[in-house]
Amino acid sequence: MTNSWTDIKNTDLVIVMGGNAAEAHPCGFKWVTEAKAHRAAKLIVVDPRFTRTAAVSDYYAPIRPGTDIAWLMGMIRWMIENDKVHWEYVRNFTNAAFIVKDEFGWQDGLFTGYDPATRDYDRSSWDYVIGEDGFAETDPTLENPRCVWQLLKAHVDVYTPEMVERITGTPADQFLHIAEMIGETSAPDKTMTSMYALGWTQHTKGSQNIRGMAMLQLILGNIGVMGGGMNALRGHSNIQGLTDMGLMSNLLTGYLSMPTEAETDYATYMSTREFKPLRPNQTSYWQNYSKFMVSFMKAMWGDAAQAENDWAYHYLPKLDVPNYDVLRMFELMNQGQVNLYFCQGFNPLMAFPNRAKLTSALSKLKLLVTIDPLETETARFWENHGEYNDVDPASIQTEVLQLPSTCFAEDEGSLTNSGRWLQWHWPGVSPPGDAKLDTWIMSQIFLRVRELYRQEGGSFPDPILNLSWEYEDENDPTPQELAMEINGRALSAVSDPNNPGATLLEAGQQVKNFTELKDDGSTMCGCWIYSGCWNVDGNNMARRDNSDPSGLGVYQNWTWSWPVNRRILYNRASCDLEGRPYDADRMLIEWDGERWVGNDVPDIGVTSRPEEVGPFIMNPEGTSRLFARGMMRDGPFPTHMEPFESPMANVFNAEMRGNPVARVFESDVADLGTSEEFPYVGTSYRLTEHFHFWTKHNKVNAALQPQFFVEISEELAAEKGITKGGWVRVWNKRASIRAVAVVTKRIKPLICDGKPVHVVGVPLHWGFTGVAKKGYGPNSLTVFIGDANIETPESKAFLVNIEPAEEPVA
Amino acid sequence: MSTPAPAPTTAVSNPSVDPLTPNLSDAAIMRASATPNLPEPTQQMEKVAKLIDISKCIGCKACQSACAEWNETSPEIGICDGTYTNPPDLSSEMYTLMKFSEWENPDSGNLEWLIRKDGCMHCEDPGCLKACPAPGAIVQYTNGIVDFVSDKCIGCGYCISGCPFDIPRMSPTRNVVSKCTLCSDRVAVGQGPACAKACPTQAIVFGTKDDMMAHAETRVDDLKSRGYDRAGIYDPQGVGGTHVFYVLQHADKPELYSDLPADPKISEVVEGWKGPAKAVGLAAIGLAAVGTVLHSIFGKPNTVSAEDQSEAEELVDAELGAEGQQREEV
Repeated sequence: MTNSWTDIKNTDLVIVMGGNAAEAHPCGFKWVTEAKAHRAAKLIVVDPRFTRTAAVSDYYAPIRPGTDIAWLMGMIRWMIENDKVHWEYVRNFTNAAFIVKDEFGWQDGLFTGYDPATRDYDRSSWDYVIGEDGFAETDPTLENPRCVWQLLKAHVDVYTPEMVERITGTPADQFLHIAEMIGETSAPDKTMTSMYALGWTQHTKGSQNIRGMAMLQLILGNIGVMGGGMNALRGHSNIQGLTDMGLMSNLLTGYLSMPTEAETDYATYMSTREFKPLRPNQTSYWQNYSKFMVSFMKAMWGDAAQAENDWAYHYLPKLDVPNYDVLRMFELMNQGQVNLYFCQGFNPLMAFPNRAKLTSALSKLKLLVTIDPLETETARFWENHGEYNDVDPASIQTEVLQLPSTCFAEDEGSLTNSGRWLQWHWPGVSPPGDAKLDTWIMSQIFLRVRELYRQEGGSFPDPILNLSWEYEDENDPTPQELAMEINGRALSAVSDPNNPGATLLEAGQQVKNFTELKDDGSTMCGCWIYSGCWNVDGNNMARRDNSDPSGLGVYQNWTWSWPVNRRILYNRASCDLEGRPYDADRMLIEWDGERWVGNDVPDIGVTSRPEEVGPFIMNPEGTSRLFARGMMRDGPFPTHMEPFESPMANVFNAEMRGNPVARVFESDVADLGTSEEFPYVGTSYRLTEHFHFWTKHNKVNAALQPQFFVEISEELAAEKGITKGGWVRVWNKRASIRAVAVVTKRIKPLICDGKPVHVVGVPLHWGFTGVAKKGYGPNSLTVFIGDANIETPESKAFLVNIEPAEEPVA
Repeated sequence: MSTPAPAPTTAVSNPSVDPLTPNLSDAAIMRASATPNLPEPTQQMEKVAKLIDISKCIGCKACQSACAEWNETSPEIGICDGTYTNPPDLSSEMYTLMKFSEWENPDSGNLEWLIRKDGCMHCEDPGCLKACPAPGAIVQYTNGIVDFVSDKCIGCGYCISGCPFDIPRMSPTRNVVSKCTLCSDRVAVGQGPACAKACPTQAIVFGTKDDMMAHAETRVDDLKSRGYDRAGIYDPQGVGGTHVFYVLQHADKPELYSDLPADPKISEVVEGWKGPAKAVGLAAIGLAAVGTVLHSIFGKPNTVSAEDQSEAEELVDAELGAEGQQREEV
């Protein structure tokens, strides 16, 4: 989230698209009801199904799964055509004025530089013209035909309301009604919040879906303001913490990136990471990268990381591929190239696509270790459960070790919520049986592995033997010790740069925040963006002061928010070029003539002059980006791409299947179906009664939603002879499953390209462990292809067929 | 000595950690089933109410979950019957239920998914209590809560037919009838009902009936501003008003909400049962004692047979005469 949950109460308009906040985030959704009750805010829901969020909306429109880009580009087109643009914001706070290289263009659904043989773009033309002064050229009048604004206008021109209807199935009149509602928020004192989740991410162009809405929000001036923003609703209480802490194969902590094998030394690695400003006077905060990186390396390897050895840069693994994401790992596993798999707090057999392939892959492991508080399907993948897990245990040789761990209510630590708040929590109960803390389990594994390296050597023992492990009890690092390490401290005395001769930090002292980090080895910090969470003031994450002097839901002293306790990112953009708030009633910060002051921690140098320094300090432009340059693999603008399995061809290029640069493993091609065989669009989702695959172990939750079902329209039911509460078979090339049919008015056939499109809704939450009735998950049916940039699987759009079926024999 | 718990005015506050004396005592009982000459209550409490604002309800069933957890009931893990309503009906293990109905509004052309939390309405004029022949098995407190006292329940099921909302349910194993208590045990120690505490959108709120009515009016205004011209409050006067009441988007069509009765009244059978009802009730002074013993020994469902009833009538006519007529006013 750019903003916070509590801030949603400040909005004028909520759009829930690519998510289902009331069902999947019911507690957070209360802030929508607050905005509706106290600000007369309106709620728009755009979803293939009329959800429980739609039930409390002011306006609902349907959309075909996987067509959000066309919808959003159409919306941008409408805003431009109808002058619903926050012009001062667009001119000054976006890269609208930047001039793009002449070679860049778009044709037949593709941008310049596409090579079908490599399924990749040469992105060199997707960039600014750089002038002789080394800065990007701009045209503040936005009239240059090669400026981003003019290119955007041309790019979205094809997405007329009629084209939007043709592709997405959203009737043009409904689309236009929503456009009118959204257009009102281009006024400087009106705003809209976008709440989205996996409805946008789980597509092969998921990142571009989100970019589409971000661009719309920028054009309306709704980023960096109270009640606005791009608000990703995270699907686990700590999934924000997962990415922040770098639990991705291509990330270190705090979004520092893992080196690639081409970056053989530290200087090479750093050469592409410290971005010089692209415009005069801009902050380009990543110029501090080396301070965060060196402090991270010192946290990892302590004295073994020195300037002389490139801060132990050679200890870091180097990626030979862009990403060892889960899809790639299971592909490798299925090829027999993985021996041992650790599965911690994770149930991939139900969570990732094409379950048959997952089962096959797990069967080829020598050893599977699961670490989980619950009995997961993954841990029991080898066990026969009739049609719900129809395997032959005798033929599976994989050894499985199940290590019982504690759950969140049984341990101490912090969870990072969607709004970037690190909230400390304490155990409510003692763990049952032999359940152990994850940190204890990992310490035991590490200590034993280290001992083996000590005794036996090995090809490269140094990163293991020298790993910094300075805990009072090496068997059991405490949450306090880990949090303080993440915050960072001085390793030797640090002098004060603003007061020569004075000492800023004594050796051993916790740093105040990342502004005190150094790249000379005198500081260490486990995760720079979390620096400040446990500083000289103590454990800021444990703060529970819910006073709110602003009355605007800022809650500055409730827990701690990264970065530096800032509650709303880009908040400088809430003020005009003189530093006056666009909306005085929702003042975040303002310029008092000498510095920025206000209700939130300014997202800009406190003395940076408003007319000089742009609000988007992480970008070398100082602005946000309507044009993403070469930073995304599938285009600098979002362009409509069909799902890999779709009921219709891409209207711009009938030959183009799915996202043209998404990675497709050869072994999955044969499993892709077409609409001739599988005419209906499947989509997956959560239900409010359950949380993932956990709560089917709980009797009360199981009673509230006991049994797997699929949802279809009354029209499709009539066509197929399916009755409400009757059984159906749903199948495609990857699986055939049985379910109870929920026949509903809440799903309606859509008309796309002149033809009816029926949607089959397939909820998750069921499996073959737990107390709920045994059932399937949508992942039996979903496609094993991920987003072109981040490899999130396309679980929200796939093709199926459906027919009435017999009830399974119990 | 611990302090008496204050009457709760909201469900969102956290419990006091100090020991508190419950604020609901026998002195607050204003009506009791089959109990002639009930002393006037000496503890007069402000009327409470739970307001269910259907326009804010997201159907998350947190209320059902909280209800089962607080009351330690065990709703059955059933099947999907093709709807989102689970379990399929209220039961002795599920005192409240989200009922889902899909309605295409002919005026707007819009689909509406009307989700109503069903459960005891806590009528000001409770048909269950009137119908109940077991002395003191159903009581009404001066704050409006209608509570079942299962120790005194004979399992006859009359309250079920007496209820104009079809709420009470017989336990097939314990042979007593149960329903929502409005969390009288929580209210007694200053807390609001568990469902209201758990409701994430505050679609369920709790407080004094006056406060809830004022809040409901602001909600109706909000709905009217959003085009729901017939939005209104459902507080049916046919049962004297209720201590659980609704804000409806379409107050002119309550039946849209999974057959919420448009004008609920206590069944004429119950109302007209003045002689017999009282007769059975009073006879049950004796019967209940026997019934309780038999019940605990045999554990069979308790029903009042025709013979029992006529016997009871005779007993009453013979022994009590006109005195019993007083209970008709209840």
